[in-house]
Amino acid sequence: MNNPLDSLGQTVILGVVLTVIVAVLIPVIGG
Amino acid sequence: MSFLSDYSFWAFIFRWLHVISGVMWIGHLWYFNFTQTPTMPKIPAELRPAVVRFILPEALFWFRWGAMFTLGFGLILAYMNGYLLNAIKIGIGDGNHYFTAIGIGMWLGTIMWFNVWFIIMPNQNKVMGVTSATPDEVNAARRTAGLASRVNTMLSIPMLYGMVFAPHFYAGH
Repeated sequence: MNNPLDSLGQTVILGVVLTVIVAVLIPVIGG
Repeated sequence: MSFLSDYSFWAFIFRWLHVISGVMWIGHLWYFNFTQTPTMPKIPAELRPAVVRFILPEALFWFRWGAMFTLGFGLILAYMNGYLLNAIKIGIGDGNHYFTAIGIGMWLGTIMWFNVWFIIMPNQNKVMGVTSATPDEVNAARRTAGLASRVNTMLSIPMLYGMVFAPHFYAGH
């Protein structure tokens, strides 16, 4: 299986997905 | 010049130094990932040593010290603003979104700083011949450093969200 981090495009997509998770977590954790 | 005796002015100066250092760091990180690494296979083999021997060491110098000063100025800034501990515990129990946003940004940035100094640099030193290594070790080191650099590129996107979101979105809420 290829590592997605070998692809710059997939690296950026993963970064955006993580950003969405962070954006959701901020109000959830921050209360 | 009365602002010179204003505590918040000096906190702002550290924010400015933090941002300048951060641009130096992330600018080089993105240069490596968006420009240098994808271009290397297209460079004729006889020209590649020029990149590895001359450009790479210089870029890695500004890259790693940019990371160090970004972390240092950032910690000073958070301390001066009085929220260092709140940010470290990502605002849990504080009921304040600001601490959660800046805290997540700080933790992601700290993981990235660790990657730079303790994974990327030791492996790049093998690639550049600063530390001795067999050809197999050099290949493994190139792979490890490259993946750690990609991890940092991935983390830089949510890290900047937390960093920029905290003072600019919640400032008005």
